[in-house]
Amino acid sequence: MADKLHFNLVSPERELMAADVDQVDIPGAEGWIGVLPNHTPLMTTLAPGMVRIKAGNDEKHIFVRGGFAEISPAGLTLLAEEAMPADELDAEKIALRVKDAEEDLADADSDEKKLAAQQSLDRLKELQAAL
Amino acid sequence: MANLKDLKTRITSVKSTQKITKAKQMVAAAKLRRAEERATEARPYTQRMEAVLANLAASAEGNPNAPRLLAGTGKDETHLLIVATADKGLCGGFNSSIVRLAREHIVKLQGEGKKVKIITVGRKGDDQLKRLYESLIVWKANFLETKQIGFANAHEIAEKVLAMFKDEEFDVATLFYGKFQNVVMQVPTPQQIIPAVAPQGVETPELKGAVYDYEPDEAEILRALLPRYVAVQIFRALLENVASEQAASMTAMDNATRNAGEMIDKLNLKYNRARQAQITTELIEIIAGAEAL
Repeated sequence: MADKLHFNLVSPERELMAADVDQVDIPGAEGWIGVLPNHTPLMTTLAPGMVRIKAGNDEKHIFVRGGFAEISPAGLTLLAEEAMPADELDAEKIALRVKDAEEDLADADSDEKKLAAQQSLDRLKELQAAL
Repeated sequence: MANLKDLKTRITSVKSTQKITKAKQMVAAAKLRRAEERATEARPYTQRMEAVLANLAASAEGNPNAPRLLAGTGKDETHLLIVATADKGLCGGFNSSIVRLAREHIVKLQGEGKKVKIITVGRKGDDQLKRLYESLIVWKANFLETKQIGFANAHEIAEKVLAMFKDEEFDVATLFYGKFQNVVMQVPTPQQIIPAVAPQGVETPELKGAVYDYEPDEAEILRALLPRYVAVQIFRALLENVASEQAASMTAMDNATRNAGEMIDKLNLKYNRARQAQITTELIEIIAGAEAL
């Protein structure tokens, strides 16, 4: 595979990563999306979870929460509200976010919001269990 | 002569003021560099977001089901003014010029019979506005305890604004802040954030004939994106405000330091003259005394 995928990860405060990689797996709102070079243009919201970035034999994991992914011929751009390398993530930080998500769920006033809150809570709990 | 001592005290006092302004100027210069960096670092996110939004907004245009954050409430009665200023003074006309712009706006809106609500961000703007419009201020925020403004701060303000919008407390929200042009130019700027103005002239990526797939769907994404766009705009305004404040402060303190220098020179001249005059008087007295013998 000669082609490379141009990957950008930006948070509101700065650009966290810009690199050419082989594959990125992103936690889309409706399931995991494996993005390879020349993926069809796609726009999706993100669920909290680990982004897996593969470049050669290297694999990097970054935790993201909230935001968007945009795939265009120019590459993949993740607009993450929060992003953190996996090795900086610990049980305590996850627990904090689980608590936030639970509060969100309790605050949700419409079915739609409840569903979204429930989804992100489930994802976070999954992550918590995996850690 | 008492006058001599007075002059000396004044010179010392002006000198210590000069030391303060000089120090503040250097602090501002250092902070300005950091603030500018942060504003630059935040740019990619904003740009990407604008590109995505421009793309989506174009397709939502004219759609009766377009989210209210984009289409507005259909009314134009109550205006919310978010006035972002600095928390500290010593930055020349920076705060006053933002407040003046906001005030002109308020007078104009009130003249048209519209209702006005104010959110103040930053202590200085709050101080100035509450003298005139105490009853209109619905909420205030400041960053006195925040060392560095982060996205979380902007998010908090955005949440408040969005909650108010949801409760139909206003129809149009405008943000006032000091746009950072360059070190000598900071332009107080009004920016309408609700209903969202779709950014113009942003580059959208070339799709080579393909169309975007949307997950979940376009409307859903737009609904999720718009509140974030409000937060991003506030965040950017806050970052620019910090940079502008430091730039204004640097210029103001530079002027103050120079003024103090001129004043010291003048006072020194006066002091020397007075001292000379005293010596001459003393000499005359001695000579007159010697002649009398």
